[in-house]
Amino acid sequence: MAVSSSAAFDPNLYLQAQTRWQPIEYAFWAATLLPFLLFPHHLVLASQIAITALFALSLDLILGYAGIVSLGHAAFFGLGAYTAGIMSKYGWGDPFVGLLVGPAVAGLAGYATSFIISRFRHLPLIMITMGLGFLLLEAANSAEWLTGGSDGLQGVRIGPLFGRLRFDLWGYTSYAYSLCVLFLVFLVTRRLINSPFGLALRGIRENPVRMPAIGAPSRSHIRTIYTISAIVAGIAGTVLAQTTSTVSLGVLDFQRSAEVVIILVLGGAGRLYGGLVGAIIFMVARDQFSGIAPQYWYFWIGALLVSVVMLLPNGILGGLARLTSSWRDKAS
Amino acid sequence: MTLGPIFGVLFDGVAYGMLLFLLSVGLSVTLGMMNFVNLAHCAFAMLGGYVTVTLINVYGWPFLATLPLAFLAAAIASVALERTLYRRLYRASELDQVLLTIGLTFMSVGAAAYVFGTIQQPVQTPSYLRGSIGFLGASFGVYRLFLVGVGLSITLLLAFALEYTRFGAQVRAAVDNQRMARGLGINVDLAFAITFALGSGLAGLGGALAIEVVGLDPAFAFAYLVYVLIVVSVGGLGSVGGSFAAAILLGVTDIAGKYYVPQVGAFLIYLMMVVLLMWRPAGLFGRR
Repeated sequence: MAVSSSAAFDPNLYLQAQTRWQPIEYAFWAATLLPFLLFPHHLVLASQIAITALFALSLDLILGYAGIVSLGHAAFFGLGAYTAGIMSKYGWGDPFVGLLVGPAVAGLAGYATSFIISRFRHLPLIMITMGLGFLLLEAANSAEWLTGGSDGLQGVRIGPLFGRLRFDLWGYTSYAYSLCVLFLVFLVTRRLINSPFGLALRGIRENPVRMPAIGAPSRSHIRTIYTISAIVAGIAGTVLAQTTSTVSLGVLDFQRSAEVVIILVLGGAGRLYGGLVGAIIFMVARDQFSGIAPQYWYFWIGALLVSVVMLLPNGILGGLARLTSSWRDKAS
Repeated sequence: MTLGPIFGVLFDGVAYGMLLFLLSVGLSVTLGMMNFVNLAHCAFAMLGGYVTVTLINVYGWPFLATLPLAFLAAAIASVALERTLYRRLYRASELDQVLLTIGLTFMSVGAAAYVFGTIQQPVQTPSYLRGSIGFLGASFGVYRLFLVGVGLSITLLLAFALEYTRFGAQVRAAVDNQRMARGLGINVDLAFAITFALGSGLAGLGGALAIEVVGLDPAFAFAYLVYVLIVVSVGGLGSVGGSFAAAILLGVTDIAGKYYVPQVGAFLIYLMMVVLLMWRPAGLFGRR
C-alpha cells in the first residue's frame, strides 16, 4: 500500500483521505447507467454483471482484505438463491422480504462456519472451504423434496417490486434493481474497509501472528468479516434468483466458486473496484467468446489467467495503478 | 447378507484406491518439497490418458506398450512447464500458484476439447485383462486385480527408492527441511525437477490406467482434481505412506458409499475429508 508521507503519521488523517470520493469513482458509477441508453438489448447481461460484481465484492472482503482464500464461496451465494426461491414458491414472493431472509440465512451459515474457518490457514483452509461447498452441493442434490435436485427448483414466483414493477423479459427492472442493490452494498463495504476494522483486516492479511501481539484479536475479526462476506454473497444469490426466477444446482457449483476467485484476481484483489472491473471484463468476454466457440472458452479463460498471474500480479487495477504512479513520477 | 458382496465392495474400493494413489502420490511429494500447489496435476494425468487412447486407436499399439509412453509424455510435459512457468512462482503466494495452475488446467481442458472433442474416448483393453475370477463367492474383475498389482508394485518401488537410495535420501531431506538441505549442499532444484517429472509421470500412468474404470473426457482434469486433493491433504504433504492410506480409505469409502447408501451420493467422502482435516489439519501422517 502506498501511503503518502504526510498522512502516514496520523492514521485518522490517512483513513479520512481514503474515504474521500475520487472523481473517477463518480465517473464509474455514472457509467453504470449507460447500458439503459446505449445497450437497451443487453440489460439482462448488465444485470448478470452487477450480480457477479456483488458476489466478487463479497469475496474481496475475505480474500482481498483478510487474506482468507476460499474455494467454496458459492455455498453462501447458493443459500441466498435457494432461500429466496423456496420462499417465493410458498407465497412469500415479495422481493424485499426475500432480500431480508435470503442473506440472513447465508449469514447464519457463514457465522456458524466462521468458527471453523478462523482456525485454519493455507492448504487446509482451501480444502475445508472447498469441502464445505461440496457438502452443501451434495446436500441440495439429495434433498429433492426441498430443492428439486438436479431438475432445479420448480415454481419460483417473484412478485413485482413495490407491488408495481414486474421483472420483465428485457431486464429494465432487473438491471435497475441489481444495480441499486450493488451500489448500496458497495457504499456499506467502502465505509467498512476504510474504518479501523478494515485496517485491522489488512493487518491480518499481512501478518496474522503479529496482529494478536499488538492487541487485535485476529480470530474474532476473521469471524466477523467472514459472516459479513457470507451475507453479501447471500444478497448476490438472492438477487440472481429474483431477477431470473430460476434456481438450479449451478448456484452452488464448484465452478462458480472458482470463477469468482478468477474474476476477483483478474480485476485486482484487495481493491474495492477489483471485483467490479473483473466482473465486467469477464462477463463481457464470456458473452463474446462463447458466442463464437463455447467449448474453447475454457482455453481462453485459462490463457487469460496465466497471463494475469505472470504479467500482472496485482490484477488489472494493480497494473493500472502502477502505470499511473510511474507516469506521475516522470511528470514531477 | 453373505460375505461375498462385502469382499467385492472392499476389493473394488481397494482397486479404486490404487488408482487414486497413482494419480496423487506425485502431487503429495512435490507439495511437501516445494510447497507448490500444483492444481494442474490432473491435467498431466489427462495427457497420459489421451496418449494411450491415441496410440491404441490411431496407431494400433497394444495397451501395455502404451503405458510407458503415457508416463514419459506426462513427465516431459511437466518438466517443460516447470522450467518455464512454475519455477518463477516458487516464492509467490499460494493464491498465485493456485491461479496459474488452474489457468493451465483450463487451457488443457480447452485444448483437449479442441483436439479430441468432448465425447468419452472409447478404448479396448486386451482380452486377457477382461472378465472376472470367482473366489470365495465373490467375483474379482481381472482389470481391477491388474490395477492392484500395478499399484502395489509401484508403492513398494517408491518406498524402497525413498528409503534406500541416495536420491531418496535427498528427497526426504528436502521435504523435511528445504533450507537445511540446501545448506548441506544438496541440489534441491535438481532433485525437485526429477521428483516433479516422476510424480507427473505416475499421474500420466494413472490417467492411462483410469480410462477403463472411469472413462476419459476433457472434464477429467477437474473431476479427479478434487479426489487427488482430498488424498493429498488427508494423507499429509510429502508422505508416500500417508497418500497410500488416504487413497485406499477414500477409494473404499467412495465405493462402499455408492453401493450401500447411493442416495447420499458423494456426501460421505466430503464429510470424511472435512472432519479429518478439522481433526488433523496437517493430514493423517503429516508432521507440519
